[in-house]
Amino acid sequence: MPEIVKLNVGGAVNAALARALEEMPETLLYGEDVGKPGGVFGVSRGLQKRFGDRVFDTPISETAMLGAAVGAASFGRRPIVEIMWIDFSLVAFDQIVNQAANVRYVSEGRTAAPLTIRTQQGTAPAACAQHSQNLEALLLHVPGIRVCMPRTAQDSYDLLLSAIACDDPTVVIENRTLYAGTKQEVTVGQPIAPIGGHRRPRSGDDVTVVTWGAITQKVLDAADRLEADGVGVDVIEAVWLNPFDDEAVLESVGRTGRLVVVHEAARTGGFGAEVVSRVVESGAQLAVPPRRVALKDSRIPSAPQLAAALLPQTDEIETALREVVRS
Amino acid sequence: MNDIITRGLDDLSAMWRIRALEEKIRELRLADQVVGSVHLAIGQESVAVGACSELRAHDALYATYRGHGWAVARGVPPREIFGEVLGRVSGVNGGRGGSAHFSAPQHGFHGENSIVGAGAPIAVGAALAARYDGSGRIAMTVFGDGAMNQGAVTEAMNFAAAFGLGVIFICENNRYSELTPINDMVANPDLSQRATALGIPAVRVDGNDLAQVRTAVRLSVESAVAGRGPSFIEAHTQRLVGHYIGDAEQYRPAGELDADREVEPIAALTRTLLASGVGQETLDRCERRAREEMDRAAAAALADPLVDPATAKEHLYA
Ligand SMILES: Cc1ncc(C[n+]2csc(CCOP(=O)(O)OP(=O)(O)O)c2C)c(N)n1
Ligand SMILES: [Mg+2]
Repeated sequence: MPEIVKLNVGGAVNAALARALEEMPETLLYGEDVGKPGGVFGVSRGLQKRFGDRVFDTPISETAMLGAAVGAASFGRRPIVEIMWIDFSLVAFDQIVNQAANVRYVSEGRTAAPLTIRTQQGTAPAACAQHSQNLEALLLHVPGIRVCMPRTAQDSYDLLLSAIACDDPTVVIENRTLYAGTKQEVTVGQPIAPIGGHRRPRSGDDVTVVTWGAITQKVLDAADRLEADGVGVDVIEAVWLNPFDDEAVLESVGRTGRLVVVHEAARTGGFGAEVVSRVVESGAQLAVPPRRVALKDSRIPSAPQLAAALLPQTDEIETALREVVRS
Repeated sequence: MNDIITRGLDDLSAMWRIRALEEKIRELRLADQVVGSVHLAIGQESVAVGACSELRAHDALYATYRGHGWAVARGVPPREIFGEVLGRVSGVNGGRGGSAHFSAPQHGFHGENSIVGAGAPIAVGAALAARYDGSGRIAMTVFGDGAMNQGAVTEAMNFAAAFGLGVIFICENNRYSELTPINDMVANPDLSQRATALGIPAVRVDGNDLAQVRTAVRLSVESAVAGRGPSFIEAHTQRLVGHYIGDAEQYRPAGELDADREVEPIAALTRTLLASGVGQETLDRCERRAREEMDRAAAAALADPLVDPATAKEHLYA
């Protein structure tokens, strides 16, 4: 039965994990510090107590963690593996790209890898270069892997359940700066939606912004500033990046004729380039050239004032929007 | 004073310098003057001091995010470390590295690393280069108990063993990998046996006994210099603080920290020196001088200008 509860993002993830473990007896939940301590962000707290040996801690062995997920998934388990930071997935990329992504295709569908990788990414002050990257584009370059990026508590709950229920290997990219935020009303217990779709946290007819992840908040702040001046910003939050909701973007751009893409990941080769390409290839009529606002191609420095100079800020997003609207 | 006591006082002072630096960083972090993640090695100072005391200037050390003490032991000036964690122009990397990822190759400190186990293969490369450059350099890499479970470490050890490279692998076994006891994550708690199995001579030492660490490292250096290849040292130690600042440390059994405080290296060496007849006043001076030095260094760094954001993109490419 659906009900409304108040949860922060971390709590919403916890509730989704609990529901998956409850309703899908084939699920396993594991990762470093995930079991007994309940996760370094406290997101899996209480789950080992409740679900016993289906929730456990692992050695610091990402390759074994993900390889074991591929193997267990092919024998009927539905593993949910936490990779503490997306940066650490790099030591085990083989198991994602060469292994999980290939299982279904090369076996002609005889076997599958219904596993979920829960991870988180993003910059936070002085997190250091190896704990700050936004790497979604690496995963989106790999056909066969599903990717989503929830931001709100509701989406953190819903998308995680959709990912777990999905029979493809799916990466859920959360953001640690959001876990401990204020509690929001979350509807829990409704039927699990299939993967895919977008959100439209602001609507308008003057310019389309496509964005995803935590930076969406900055986009909304910028959109509100324009709104105050009577400029309508259509914000498409691409919570699912694979599958990507092309139709929603094309519909919006068809109305506004103006496109800005904003992401926290580096500009070059970012998924923003793909979004722009798809719009251009569709033949959509743009009144002005599309714009990307992204991390200025760089490593990420520890010192917050240096990082701030490289990351897209609300002011920069606002300026881009105003320039696109004006021209 | 005899040589043993003189050395003991030097060691005590060296450990106090690290502890005072880290306690100062903790103070700055708790006051939000330092931001972000900070990993302290309070309680583990003897391993860094003992190991680095046997390295030569041209040897290469690779540490982890828990590396402030190793940097100090290598001779990185404290003001540059404070400057780094405070994002000041005096910072050893101008704020790019930060607490968990700074380096000072000019001091033989080839960097912290925030990817568990990643320093080990790089250290192997430093030793590989020495094979061609005639420098006689040896490489040392230090990592935790948990890092033993990262594939990169085993690959690095075998690579060094197969080619007889002069690498010293130091595993600081502080019993925990973040919030999880290492003994829950291995079937064989003797981590040194992994090295043995690969053909690397390995010893386990009481890391709280600085002299034991020093002896083991000296033998390893001699062996590497003589061309006999890598060595492995498992040093048993403890951190007296959380994995990171803010860690609630709920994983610790009751009484563990009290027992650890009894055996930790500064307490242990202080006791030994007292028993050898060194006066309390002399021992206190080691601590006081270290604290004064670090207070001065931190104050100087705090007065230094912040790194200019306009430089943020510098140093990306050649
Ligand atoms: C590849 C990788 N996986 C996970 C982490 C997260 N992490 C950082 S420190 C740590 C524990 C390491 O434990 P240990 O090797 O014993 O070193 P200690 O922190 O005790 O010094 C973990 C899991 C990481 N930084 N890199
Ligand atoms: Mg450890």
